[in-house]
Amino acid sequence: MRPFAYRRAEGPDDAVRSLETGGRFIAGGTNLLDLMKLGVEHPHQLVDIARLPNDAIHETDAGGLRIGARVSNTALAADPRVRRRWPLLSSALLSGASPQLRNKATTGGNLLQRTRCEYFQDLGRPCNKRAPGSGCGALEGYNRNHAILGTSEHCIATHPSDMAVALTALDAVVETRMRDGRTRSLPIRELHCLPDPRPEVEHVLEHDELIEQVVLPAPPDGAAHIYRKARDRASYAFALVSVAVVLRTVGDEVREARVALGGVAPKPWHATRIEERLRNAPATHESFLEAARAELAPAIGRGHNDFKVPLAERLIVTTLAEAAGLAHVPHRELIR
Amino acid sequence: MTTFQPQTAAAVPVPLQLLVNGEQHDLQIDPRTSLLDALREHCGQTDAKKGCDHGQCGACTVLVDGVRINSCLALAVMHDDQEITTASGLASDGGLHPIQQAFVERDALQCGYCTPGQVCSAVGLERELARGEPCVTSPLGADAVEGPVVEFDDDELRERLSGNLCRCGAYPNILDAVRDGLTRSATGSRT
Repeated sequence: MRPFAYRRAEGPDDAVRSLETGGRFIAGGTNLLDLMKLGVEHPHQLVDIARLPNDAIHETDAGGLRIGARVSNTALAADPRVRRRWPLLSSALLSGASPQLRNKATTGGNLLQRTRCEYFQDLGRPCNKRAPGSGCGALEGYNRNHAILGTSEHCIATHPSDMAVALTALDAVVETRMRDGRTRSLPIRELHCLPDPRPEVEHVLEHDELIEQVVLPAPPDGAAHIYRKARDRASYAFALVSVAVVLRTVGDEVREARVALGGVAPKPWHATRIEERLRNAPATHESFLEAARAELAPAIGRGHNDFKVPLAERLIVTTLAEAAGLAHVPHRELIR
Repeated sequence: MTTFQPQTAAAVPVPLQLLVNGEQHDLQIDPRTSLLDALREHCGQTDAKKGCDHGQCGACTVLVDGVRINSCLALAVMHDDQEITTASGLASDGGLHPIQQAFVERDALQCGYCTPGQVCSAVGLERELARGEPCVTSPLGADAVEGPVVEFDDDELRERLSGNLCRCGAYPNILDAVRDGLTRSATGSRT
């Protein structure tokens, strides 16, 4: 690991003012330190924000929650209000990482974690995200874990977060502070970037912009929340495909569907085609299948990850069907 | 390809006080030092083990203010003023912690390298249950339950212990030991 200067921030203003070019904020550090050991990240300065006071969760006047960026993944998943009214978020958080990591990882850090693409993490291989212009090793290489939606000819890495997929479905808002003291709010759906044209740019935040809060709007009344994650082992593995669904039905009809996908794209994937097709659509396996196929129509498999397209189709349909309270129908019967 | 650039900052040791198993250590330490390396190389606590050094195996698990973390993915300089407990700090008054005792009785190891991390993880798990922290199999939404988790099956324990790998595959006995240890703690034989 390369040497760095260490500074503990005395407050939020001090944090953003003291961060130098080439420096990084550190809170939980579970991803940043790992990447520093690998040589992928090499900040010459770390500004420690782990003891800043924004570690609480407050209710908003609008019936939502304001979550401090420093709230741990464990504390957020365990919050009784989140468990009761935003179960999608608890479920997604608890589907990710291990208890040890969730205890340390923070809400803000989770959003800005880097891809686990094997080519990105290995200095000996080409990666346009880590070393712009060096090429993408995954395109023609081992790409089983890689993205099928929103990719470019220069990068097919996935965003690894489960939490961010749930927050995308829940339409959360990120509040930040900048060096000059200004603050801004931006929808999480606009926080992350697709790799075209610049794979190395992963989000729209400035270098010294600090995430301070994440605001959850009130959830739709009476909606079912389900987070489903397909992965290679039963626990402690990144998603091959994950589906976050908030579904409100009246009778046999969908009133509102909020859907986001994980493991399939370079950013938490807001499934707008599914949402549009399902508005006031019949809550049936057939309409869920049609919506899933519309979302996945632009999907591109690169070889090893071809299986993600049918896997995503199945996972979307079965998760929506479960949220709608439908009896299980085997997919092979549905597509016959 | 990435080209290595010359170092832009010198590694300047900084003063650090670490409280480990109730004992204060006054150190001068390179800020790059992980909590794990500080424990092993500077505080003499070699019971915290280095397995993968990337947060994937759990061998380095310690308790910080009673919360289990991977000490390999923590900077020592970020953990002054906190109470750090390794497996050897769990025993007191010459007696083993109930979970340690259960590991002995259930022969919950083969090579033993992952054991200190497993034990710290299980003690952390015990406190998470007491604080009522859910896991992915816990009921959510309208069925969410508050208060300490008092009922759990083996699948839930496996899920809650999934951050600790055992390359010898001693999982069946580890599971037995953790179940025994939790039961014994709950019945108040020793806290």
